[in-house]
Amino acid sequence: MADPMRIRAQSSGDKATVRVLMSHEMESGQRKDASGKTVPAWFIQEVTAKHNGKDVFSAEWGPAVSKNPFLQFAVKGAKAGDKIAVTWKDNKGDTRTDEATVS
Amino acid sequence: MQNRRETLKQSAVVAGLLATAGFPQFAHAAFNKAAFDAKSVQDSAKAAGATSIAESKDVTITGPDIAENGAVVPLGASTALPGVKHLMIMVEKNPSSLVAMFHVTDAVEANFSTRAKMGQSSDVYAVAIMNDGKALWAKKEVKVTLGGCGG
Repeated sequence: MADPMRIRAQSSGDKATVRVLMSHEMESGQRKDASGKTVPAWFIQEVTAKHNGKDVFSAEWGPAVSKNPFLQFAVKGAKAGDKIAVTWKDNKGDTRTDEATVS
Repeated sequence: MQNRRETLKQSAVVAGLLATAGFPQFAHAAFNKAAFDAKSVQDSAKAAGATSIAESKDVTITGPDIAENGAVVPLGASTALPGVKHLMIMVEKNPSSLVAMFHVTDAVEANFSTRAKMGQSSDVYAVAIMNDGKALWAKKEVKVTLGGCGG
């Protein structure tokens, strides 16, 4: 199981800015190891976010997203105390969901 | 200031990126055989449907002018326009140009930032696909002093 994400959600006016730091290797599939074999790609493919249980957006990522990916987005109408949940799924089928409260 | 020819040329580039990035439905609409066979850049852009893919000042790409480390280049795409369906970040000279595609809903602002790997200095594009199928793009050049793909 992968390490937890770090999520910070801060309300400002009528929206909340959410910053997510995920913990993932994001192997591009381009690199070669010491013996010259290509390291297979291993990256987050799908990211979804929920605001109080309702989907707000989904994203598809490629292997070109950096290691330990950072993501920032803004949820309209989110107030302090609301719950923001972020889920990712990688190309090996591993998945992780973490939740944060808007402050 | 860009002239029309340059703008069309770059629109063709974006159409190509979209086609190679694996959007069959879009590739079908924007990129067809005529576009490959066309002799001039303008013909190619026209064949690729340049009327529906255009540079737009309403789409913004944010990123550094010079990235010291190509493994972590902060890139952001945003637009203030209503009715955005997808928002994409692309790096032209990466092995696969599409970095990330966000499916936007009304509950979230069309403004996303993330960090991308870049193999070499390249133009980066933000492409917004609107609900009516129009593609609007903006680009920025990012110079990389240390590549992020491979050793």
